[in-house]
Amino acid sequence: MKTFLAKFKLYWPLTKSLQTGLLLSTGLAGYMSARCPVMHWYDFLGMGISLFLAIAGSTILNMWYDRDIDSVMKRTHHRPLASGRISPTEALRLGLVLSTLGVGLAVSMDALYGLIVFAGLFFDVVVYTFWLKRRTCWSIVWGGISGGMPILAGRAFGLGYIDPIGILLTLAVLFWIPTHILTFSMRYHEDYQAAKIPTFPSTYGFAATRATIAVSSVLAALSIGVAGTLIGMEWGFVRLLVVLSAGLFLLAVASVFRPTERINFGLFKYASLYMLCAMILLSL
Amino acid sequence: MKISILDRILLLLTGLLAAWQVAVGINGADTLPMIAYTVGFGVILVAGLLLIILGFDALDSPLVVIVSTIIPLSLSLGLVWEHLAAWRTGYLVFAIVGFLAILLTRLLPVKGKTPTIVLACVHGVAGMVIFLLPCILAINGATQPGFALVGVGGALIGIGGLLLSFLKAGRPILPRETILRILPGLLLLMTAAFVAGFALA
Repeated sequence: MKTFLAKFKLYWPLTKSLQTGLLLSTGLAGYMSARCPVMHWYDFLGMGISLFLAIAGSTILNMWYDRDIDSVMKRTHHRPLASGRISPTEALRLGLVLSTLGVGLAVSMDALYGLIVFAGLFFDVVVYTFWLKRRTCWSIVWGGISGGMPILAGRAFGLGYIDPIGILLTLAVLFWIPTHILTFSMRYHEDYQAAKIPTFPSTYGFAATRATIAVSSVLAALSIGVAGTLIGMEWGFVRLLVVLSAGLFLLAVASVFRPTERINFGLFKYASLYMLCAMILLSL
Repeated sequence: MKISILDRILLLLTGLLAAWQVAVGINGADTLPMIAYTVGFGVILVAGLLLIILGFDALDSPLVVIVSTIIPLSLSLGLVWEHLAAWRTGYLVFAIVGFLAILLTRLLPVKGKTPTIVLACVHGVAGMVIFLLPCILAINGATQPGFALVGVGGALIGIGGLLLSFLKAGRPILPRETILRILPGLLLLMTAAFVAGFALA
């Protein structure tokens, strides 16, 4: 038991639990937006487990592949793989096992759902991490598409097919990703430079990056708002979503016209909180 | 001054109360007061979240004076529109002109005491409306007695506004540390009084 707990403690940071949890919440919200108030708990549980395994698996595979980058970045050099506390082979095995279990469970539950979960994993690991991340700053578009797959998968699982609202929700996550990633790449600009990873700030400068964040924040908020209205969200929740979106928009504008490190990181944190709140509202 | 865990909890509770009020709305309110109340409680919600995320340093922004004006102006506009039909248009004009005046005197380089006078007039009128109107309506029996709690919220927002305004003007009534220590609790009490008052009306 002690060995198991020790291993669990060692493996857990590999999953980036907060990021995985946030993506998982989008998947569950997608399902509940289609099924509420009638839903089956065994489907809900199976979907939660399969999504968690697939997202955690792909995150571990990313970390396995990027261990050389992590070891030269101040922010990430203490991670289990970069610091040598876990061997690359062990991490690779764990990532492959979790990914296979997640996609396998998803396919066994529903073929379309499994296909979307697999697409998310493929875009994230192969297209984003293996292929584009070290070549172009535009790789985040593919990172965004893969980030949008859990909510699409959840909704498609609830409905049995892909509908325009599901696409809109995917776009919402896709547009939200730049707010999340670009604020982060500005905060750790020197780290990314040291690791020779092309980012928006290093390619187009900070001002253009801030403008991109502001525009994508507005598009994300609009997409979620329109999707929520089309789903038939209660007006009270729409009002709340508008208020939270206004906060996101004002922070993004403030980061353009009065840029400071604190506003930038505040926007990063607010964007995460905003997405979580939006997912809760979509689920109610 | 660093924000403490207790401060964060108090601000989170404030945000949750404001979010709840935005979501449930005000029973029987027309479109304009509903928008006004949503704006008022929405600003409280977002301000609470930003204080949690950015800490008390967020209060150093020059935008704080402008944003903090929105709360009393919007809530008082909602109250006047609902309960003083004859004053609707006049107060709507006052709210818009007052907000624009504060916006201009804060963003443009205006010399002298004009910005302070404008701020005091607009805040003063809006604050008195939020404090007095619910109390008078409750005493007259036009509403349930519990509606007077909105007036209590108005008094608390007035105290908070005064403390912050004088602090921003460089002539603090209380030391900065004391103001920041009581601010989260004051915001929570104020929001709770508003929410309870509207629920009991």
